[in-house]
Amino acid sequence: MVITGAEIVIRCLQEEKVDYLFGYPGGAVLYIYDELFKQDKVRHVLVRHEQAAIHAADGYARSTEKVGVALVTSGPGATNAVTGIATAYCDSIPLVIISGQVPSAAIGQDAFQEVDTVGITRPCVKHNFLVRDVRDIAETIKKAFYLAKTGRPGPVLVDIPKDITAQKCEFAYPETVSMRSYNPVVKGHHGQIKKALQLLLEAKRPMVYAGGGVVLGDAADKLTALVRKLGFPCTNTLMGLGAYPATDRQFVGMLGMHGNYEANMGMHYCDVLLAVGARFDDRVIGNPAHFSSEPRKIIHIDIDPSSISKRVKVDVPIVGDVGEVLGELLALLDNTAEKPEPQSLGVWWKQIEEWRRRDCLKFNQGEEGLIKPQFVVQKLWEVTGGDAFVTSDVGQHQMWAAQYYKFDKPRRWVNSGGLGTMGFGLPAAMGVQLAHPGSPVACITGEGSIQMNIQELSTCKQFRLPIKVILLNNGFLGMVRQWQELFHGNRYSESYMDALPDFSRLAEAYGHVGIKVDKPGDVEGALREAFKQKNDLVFMDFQVDPTENVYPMVKGGQGLTDMILSAEDL
Amino acid sequence: MTHALQPPPKSSPELDANWLRELLVTQKNTKMRHVISLLIENEAGALSRVSGLFSARGYNIESLTVAPTEDASLSRMTIVTSGSDDVVEQITKQLNKLVEVVKVVDLSESAHIERELMLVKVRATGKDREEMKRMAEIFRGRIIDVTDASYVIELTGTQAKLDSFVGAIDSGLILETVRSGICGIGRGDRVLKV
Ligand SMILES: Cc1cc2nc3c(=O)[nH]c(=O)nc-3n(C[C@H](O)[C@H](O)[C@H](O)COP(=O)(O)OP(=O)(O)OC[C@H]3O[C@@H](n4cnc5c(N)ncnc54)[C@H](O)[C@@H]3O)c2cc1C
Ligand SMILES: Cc1ncc(C[n+]2csc(CCOP(=O)(O)OP(=O)(O)O)c2C)c(N)n1
Repeated sequence: MVITGAEIVIRCLQEEKVDYLFGYPGGAVLYIYDELFKQDKVRHVLVRHEQAAIHAADGYARSTEKVGVALVTSGPGATNAVTGIATAYCDSIPLVIISGQVPSAAIGQDAFQEVDTVGITRPCVKHNFLVRDVRDIAETIKKAFYLAKTGRPGPVLVDIPKDITAQKCEFAYPETVSMRSYNPVVKGHHGQIKKALQLLLEAKRPMVYAGGGVVLGDAADKLTALVRKLGFPCTNTLMGLGAYPATDRQFVGMLGMHGNYEANMGMHYCDVLLAVGARFDDRVIGNPAHFSSEPRKIIHIDIDPSSISKRVKVDVPIVGDVGEVLGELLALLDNTAEKPEPQSLGVWWKQIEEWRRRDCLKFNQGEEGLIKPQFVVQKLWEVTGGDAFVTSDVGQHQMWAAQYYKFDKPRRWVNSGGLGTMGFGLPAAMGVQLAHPGSPVACITGEGSIQMNIQELSTCKQFRLPIKVILLNNGFLGMVRQWQELFHGNRYSESYMDALPDFSRLAEAYGHVGIKVDKPGDVEGALREAFKQKNDLVFMDFQVDPTENVYPMVKGGQGLTDMILSAEDL
Repeated sequence: MTHALQPPPKSSPELDANWLRELLVTQKNTKMRHVISLLIENEAGALSRVSGLFSARGYNIESLTVAPTEDASLSRMTIVTSGSDDVVEQITKQLNKLVEVVKVVDLSESAHIERELMLVKVRATGKDREEMKRMAEIFRGRIIDVTDASYVIELTGTQAKLDSFVGAIDSGLILETVRSGICGIGRGDRVLKV
């Protein structure tokens, strides 16, 4: 059947079983929008800014096992999308972005709304394509989906000139793809896995450090089984939260710059470290020289060889998919009579429990006075039974969300870790809510971050998305203020925002329910009321203590064990 | 690979161990020159993916050459870079990660041959005319363009040979030089092919 390039694009998306396409129209994609109009399998979600289209697709992907898909026009449409694409890239999220381009003959002529989209996005995509022939569209889109979701996932962009969407050719969607230049390793090296098991069984002070790779590889069950079988302590990175159940006794909390005391101490003083789908980020290990000063053996499972021995030298590298490798480790463990030595493991646990008794996350919520931001998150966890999808923006509220909402399941926690993109939370929540229509979705945000994509309240209205926005309003760009307090002599340079809107009334103006909460006693009631409203978006403006800081904190460049635990340590 | 460290004077097990450790540490930390060869899909934009990778990650490029191979769908690149072992390990991993890169080898890990082409335009008048011809012959160069006042000399060889030719002639007589950057190939059985 001979059809146009635009129709081919839509047919490909249908073949990929895309149910939601997040986008914004413009000249270069008009043929594609025309074809969208003529069908109803792929539902289009009209955002209010292209950055939000990408974040929404990203939230959709993070909360499911699927690829998120977005469509933007050439020039400003594509440049607006760049922040979203980079956000997904830094956290290895599988997306396919289709962008319109000026007609082939106009490329290079400084045409209206022409930018070199492939050039601009090259450093922040897993791969990108410029389609030059209508006959290449189907194969290119097939490749894009394949690349996005296999190996280390990531965003893939397909740039299509307008004339090519109007030309016609025969359509057949390829069933398979193979690329001689791209063959990600899936199975781990058997010998290495055996070596790893031996090390684990001999460990006296073991630690399991699991990251986003476990979530991306859908291997939380296997990780949990392995950790339980071994009886080891387990910590998660910010991206790994939910990979191991947070309410389990073997979980020692998040580690890193704002990690738990027991997690950071355990990470530093362990003698065998099993790193699974985590990349030894600078916000995780602090100063690498300090980290390496303590001898330990490191086993590192990662699908991307370039993540291994990049920042920290590893003793047993295992390149492969987490699910595959953990599965093999579990099988080996089942077939051996050997067990970790209980004596030393017992001593190690005693030490960990002692660290845990420092209760590094304690805070004081008085009955009167200001609401503590931590208290709001804790109540949110209680009210939702720990079972909500939670997205967040970037700043202090993000860290409190990570510390006080205990995620027991993977893909429930959706945040921008690698790029740290303010403005991510609300649009991401739209994607999450569309993917999980009946489930509670909360967006924890700050008054700085929410204003970076607040226009999406309009999209939420149009698509009836009953998101619960939890604004921890401290009147400051709080994370910036915290650094200025600690490292710049309390000089709060441009971290205070005057003239904030009345958020609850702003939400009402968009047609949503808005409430303002300023008493600790009202927090729980407000949350309960909000989550009862199954059909409405409720925007809750919590007036919280503006002086609160995030602790524990490891200062930049310091060792992981040099933690500030509370204001008293200052 | 040559290394500046001398073997230990007397051989005792302890000395040997120290010497070896020192050697390994120095090798790991010193910036060594590496010649990396790779095959990449011959597609528009492939070169900018490679050069973009080097600039984005702050890796050195001393030279980079690229041209299609006998299989027109593939290009071959030779990149001369320098870095500590850790950095070079990351460079090869990152190159391998590029979707269009088919194969990567570090030629300098074993026996290989390097060649570079240089064209030099020199002033050739009076007694210099004879002298230039003589120098070209000594270095096995060829004069490929002749005018009343100048020669263009073509020279191939290792980087060092080309450097010494430039050093050997009077710098005042050099009008212009152009070098291709290095092409490299493994010796004997080592073959880079899909
Ligand atoms: C304000 C702020 C504060 C922060 N503070 C902290 C903090 O205190 N603690 C903290 O942990 N982070 C913190 N971060 C986040 C930090 O910047 C990093 O984003 C994060 O630590 C990286 O997590 P990760 O190591 O799990 O890697 P990810 O970025 O999640 O990478 C996943 C890894 O898994 C691999 N992988 C992917 N799929 C698979 C698979 N199928 N099989 C095997 N491997 C796979 C990938 O190759 C990659 O190496 C903070 C961020 C912000 C914005
Ligand atoms: C787009 C963007 N710009 C700037 C920053 C730097 N930054 C990190 S946290 C932060 C403050 C965030 O303030 P707010 O959203 O009010 O949250 P709070 O820290 O007060 O909880 C800023 C400006 C960023 N992460 N993203």
